[in-house]
Amino acid sequence: MDRIPILRLGSVLIVSVQGDLADALAVALRHDVGAAVSSGGITGVILDVSGVAIVDSYLGRVLTEIAADCSLLGASTVVAGIKPAVAITLVEMGFRLDGARTARSLEAAVAMLGADVAPTAILGSGP
Amino acid sequence: MSTVEAAAGAAQTLSARREEIARDWAGLPLFTTVYGGQQDEAFAAAIRLVEAMVELAGSGRADDVQAPSFAIVRDVLSRITSDRLRSGGDLQQVMDEIGQLWVPLTEMFDSHPGAATVPAELLAVTELIGSLRVAAVVVLLSESDEVVARQRQELMEISTPVIRLWEGIVAVPLIGTLDSIRSQVVMESLLNGIVDEQAAVAILDITGVPMVDTLVAQHLMKTAMAVQLMGAECIISGIRPQIAQTIVHLGIDLREITTRATLSDALKYGLARTGVTLGAGG
Repeated sequence: MDRIPILRLGSVLIVSVQGDLADALAVALRHDVGAAVSSGGITGVILDVSGVAIVDSYLGRVLTEIAADCSLLGASTVVAGIKPAVAITLVEMGFRLDGARTARSLEAAVAMLGADVAPTAILGSGP
Repeated sequence: MSTVEAAAGAAQTLSARREEIARDWAGLPLFTTVYGGQQDEAFAAAIRLVEAMVELAGSGRADDVQAPSFAIVRDVLSRITSDRLRSGGDLQQVMDEIGQLWVPLTEMFDSHPGAATVPAELLAVTELIGSLRVAAVVVLLSESDEVVARQRQELMEISTPVIRLWEGIVAVPLIGTLDSIRSQVVMESLLNGIVDEQAAVAILDITGVPMVDTLVAQHLMKTAMAVQLMGAECIISGIRPQIAQTIVHLGIDLREITTRATLSDALKYGLARTGVTLGAGG
């Protein structure tokens, strides 16, 4: 089964979801993100969903749960690049993505967590 | 025989056999679908219609829809047609069913002793002319429906412009009552505007909204939440004192949304959020 790649940049994880997220894939993603955050040293998680055009109630719940998982593990979550149609669907279904911040693009999300991305990256690049 | 005499004769015949006609009519789909099993009511409605027709024929104003007796016809038919339209039937169906009223009448006149025999061709032509009238009415109505739909669409489009106030700041001035269809359009165009302008702040100005009730407030909340999901901040401005009072009175919680009294205050706040500093005069 395909997995969604989780990239680490400094102390921030970047997950870019491209294409529609099937239920099984979403469950695997939740598991993988949880495992990656609990491996330690992670202060922020960026979920880039700019490639997702359709959400259903299940996916909305999984996204909310991923955000809740991460904040429980001490990492702040930013959901980036929600498309208008997806935003309307989430609101109509009553999801508010509590526990996550939102950013209009991956770039804005990185800027939001900038303090976390930069210093650790420098530390990490040292010998 | 002149037309007036013929009409008077028809009135006489109709009047003499009105109960028979009404009974026949009450069994036709035009009446049965509306009145269901209530035979008495269907019969009562049918007989009112026959009596109105007797009066119309007798007064020689059968062609004049302004004639007083037409009020009764309208009264009976409006109940039937509005009921039919509500249940999804169209004009054509109602017209066909009204056409069926013709059948018992022709049978009756055919069996009428001493009735002048009407050439079948003449009947056919009369029916044809009737169909022409129906066709014209259908075309007129459907065209006016189209005009209404087009104007509604146009009104919708011109009433929700997304304006770029500053780099990264967009605003929608809302004017008029917010119903669910309009708020859907507002939400969609605002969200698309945020994407197009890469906006960080979106201002909903409700100066032109005459009234805010719980439903409108809910629409505003939904829009604001969708804006926040997109990663932008939503400000609601232009809340007049009466509306503020209403919102408080209704117990609507808008605390999660940034609110400002005027559009200029909202812009000032937005500029501060996007890191723009104005000169000392601002």
